[in-house]
Amino acid sequence: MNIMDHAVDLPVWAAILVSFFLVVGSGLTLIGTIGFSRLPSFYERIHAPTLGTSWGTGGIVMASMIFFTVLATRPVIHEILIGIFVTVTTPVTLMLLARAALHRDRAEGNPDVLAEVSPDEPKSGPALGE
Amino acid sequence: MSQTILAVSLTFAQVCLAIAMALAALRMSRGPRAQDRVLALDTLYVNSMLLLMVFGIRTGKDIYFEASLVIGMLGFVATVALAKFLMRGEVIE
Repeated sequence: MNIMDHAVDLPVWAAILVSFFLVVGSGLTLIGTIGFSRLPSFYERIHAPTLGTSWGTGGIVMASMIFFTVLATRPVIHEILIGIFVTVTTPVTLMLLARAALHRDRAEGNPDVLAEVSPDEPKSGPALGE
Repeated sequence: MSQTILAVSLTFAQVCLAIAMALAALRMSRGPRAQDRVLALDTLYVNSMLLLMVFGIRTGKDIYFEASLVIGMLGFVATVALAKFLMRGEVIE
């Protein structure tokens, strides 16, 4: 275990806190990816990996921040850059991807997705989710 | 004591993230359609970013933080470009 020699000064409470956030973050990432590989349709699958980008990234970033802050005895918060970056970019990428998939399904006339409703005519037919 | 707790939880986190990356790679090879493969690539990027942060805690070095920041940015750009390609058939019009 000599690779962990830099952590020999870490108090037990900090080790427990870091371990808690690590286990929560990585476990939720694994659960999200299991959902991603098991859910039946693309529009359901696109929800699952966001578990890894919200709580997964948050937990591991928090663990890293606590670990380096306690070890250095000064605030080390540059990991929060990754948290902010992932939080900002994930909705953008997933919205773009979902719009692209919807565009492709509509162009093929796939019966599983609703046709586009033009904004000036009143909505008719079943609402989304029925 | 604290080393033992940390070693166990770090190993657990690494195993979890490795299994998650394997599942994402499985979905990327299985498809069935192009958007599934792009989403699987995005998941793979996020998981490898998290795995590098766990490596950073395990070794106590700063360099892994920078590597994971670079991977996160590359993943964002790659997924946006691929989604644009799926939508339009070309990346830059």
